Amino acid sequence: MLTPLNLKELSKQPELFAPGHRMCTGCGAPIVVRMVMMAAQYPLVVANATGCLEVSTSIAEYTSWKTPWIHNAFENAAATIAGVETMYRSLKKQGKINDEIRFIAFGGDGGTSDIGFQSLSGAMERGHDMTYICYDNGAYMNTGIQRSSATPFGADTATCPVGSESQGKQQQRKDLTRIMAAHGIPYVAQASPNHWQDLMRKVRKALDIKGPKFINIISPCNRGWRTKTNDAIQLSRLAVETCYWPLFEIENGVTSITVTPREKKPLIEFLKPQGRFKHMFATENAWMLETAQQHVDACWDRLQREQTLFVQPGTSE
Amino acid sequence: MTKMIAATGNEAIANAMRLANPDVCSAYPITPATEIMHIFSGYAANGEVSTEMLLAESEHSAMSACIGAAAAGGRVATATSSQGLALMWELLFIASGMRLPIVMGVCNRALSAPINIGCDHSDSMGARDCGWIQLYSENSQEAFDNMLQAFRIAEHMDVRLPIMVCLDGFITSHSIESMRWVDESAARAFVGGYQQSIPLLDIAKPASYGPLILSDMYMEYRKAHEQIMAKVPQIVQEVGAEYGKLSGRSYGLFESYRLEDAEVAIVVMSSAAGTTKDVIDRYREKGIRAGLLKPRLYRPFPYEEICRALQHLKAVAVLDRSDSFGASFGPLYLDIVSSLCNQPQKPVIINKIFGLGGRDYMPDQAEHTLDELIRIAQGAPVNSVKEYIGVRG
Repeated sequence: MLTPLNLKELSKQPELFAPGHRMCTGCGAPIVVRMVMMAAQYPLVVANATGCLEVSTSIAEYTSWKTPWIHNAFENAAATIAGVETMYRSLKKQGKINDEIRFIAFGGDGGTSDIGFQSLSGAMERGHDMTYICYDNGAYMNTGIQRSSATPFGADTATCPVGSESQGKQQQRKDLTRIMAAHGIPYVAQASPNHWQDLMRKVRKALDIKGPKFINIISPCNRGWRTKTNDAIQLSRLAVETCYWPLFEIENGVTSITVTPREKKPLIEFLKPQGRFKHMFATENAWMLETAQQHVDACWDRLQREQTLFVQPGTSE
Repeated sequence: MTKMIAATGNEAIANAMRLANPDVCSAYPITPATEIMHIFSGYAANGEVSTEMLLAESEHSAMSACIGAAAAGGRVATATSSQGLALMWELLFIASGMRLPIVMGVCNRALSAPINIGCDHSDSMGARDCGWIQLYSENSQEAFDNMLQAFRIAEHMDVRLPIMVCLDGFITSHSIESMRWVDESAARAFVGGYQQSIPLLDIAKPASYGPLILSDMYMEYRKAHEQIMAKVPQIVQEVGAEYGKLSGRSYGLFESYRLEDAEVAIVVMSSAAGTTKDVIDRYREKGIRAGLLKPRLYRPFPYEEICRALQHLKAVAVLDRSDSFGASFGPLYLDIVSSLCNQPQKPVIINKIFGLGGRDYMPDQAEHTLDELIRIAQGAPVNSVKEYIGVRG
């Protein structure tokens, strides 16, 4: 019996991710993890890439993980959970285990888009029955806010700092969700903790689909984004409403936008509250705001067009 | 006793894996170990094993998956060589730190650069301090026997450590030699079923693997690892003796060949030991008291036992099939010298670096070395403690 996705019923569920961890005040990642774990209606085994989430939840002799959990290294959460899942299949085939288990890997954007990308791509191609969840805070936050391939254009980080000759990251972010979709896996989605029902529904859907699944979830980091500690949900909402972080899913190759903003807000509403983009608001950097907006518009436009490819004539709104 | 057959080292390793029937094999192609997985994949494809194959996109992922699979709670085996082992290096420490009894065949091969596919021991010697057990094999027979015993040693409930079974790339891995299998049902009974220890798949008892352990406790974990390593030689000997009853071939920590009454000896590992034994036989016929010590268990290194075996000699040459750049001597030499350094009476010990990148080890190299040892034993001064042999210039 599935727990309905409402707060009253969900609050009665036992938490699989215990409080008392050392994630920063106001961090988005533990919110995302709680939602994911709460959405799951199966026993889980979790793998975790090295990163904020891992170091802050497993400081011996304590653990926040009430499910089996394994941290191996930085770049191999996908390969690690693939190994666990393969052993599960082997033991199940041999009649040595009967439980219906689901397998999840968590990694930050660095551990997923950069150093762990090969491991992830390999695991997806091999078709393991696993769900990889990237919590994307847009930089290497655990090591002190260095740029990653997921860092947005213009952001001021420790390794692409704003200076007299340079104005933050000069490249657009790698579009990991689309890259994962290009693997032809049965389910890829993008989610945000402000739309928690959408997020949890996507997790449930992923766990019910056999094969490799990937969900990219935006996860505000007040340390790296230079924001307040009480605005993670507000910022993730702005990310969705500006279409910086569209909510969509690609199921068996069919793209659907799951939440369309009533009114697409200008990107500056997402950028303005964040100290990492402060320099972009200087008069001489107006081009940066334009460039960032153009990129978001182009991506959003493409996503909408992709969706129309799959709408049957006569069924469109 | 089973009948004599002809097999390569890779066939020997693959066959031992077939008899051990791992639950998961995760591997990535690399010369010269690739063939092990070719043969083993055939067993899996034909239902001769119940193994699930995970054919990873790199050695890094292959070993990462071995770690996940072993933590999950089943028997895991793999194989690699050279650059593949080097790429796994980060994970080797994690596998041993998590006490996961992964069994890995290593076809020893030189490291880049320059790229070279021939045999030397640089790969596994570079991984000697990563907390794994290492066994070295002289020929296909030993590769097979070591691989079977490796599952028993690694999975022993007092050990639970990963193990490498090393054999010389091409020289052993690809050469057809006469050898014997063991009776299949007896071999399966010898290896036995896998005993789980804190399996990750036990959802009723959730365990956290790979936590953060800071300076308050990290050193205690490292000391505990060392203490576990100290138990390994005893278990290697017990398993080796039990295997002797099964196969007629008993194994200890090392092989002593005509060593007891020897005055001079060569210490050398793996395939070069065979050539050396032939030369020693000829020197014995001439009345020269020469012997050989061939380490089998290299990690943990059985210092005390090796000390007792070599202490009485007048001169010893340690032949290293790799060098430890900047450390002055080869790794095996450093271990042999360490085992003897506190003894009041000890042999003069010299070091030869040989056979790098597949360079042949020829009988004349053993002869020249023995001739030099004889001169030293008679009181001649040591000209150079370390020397590259079989090399130009």
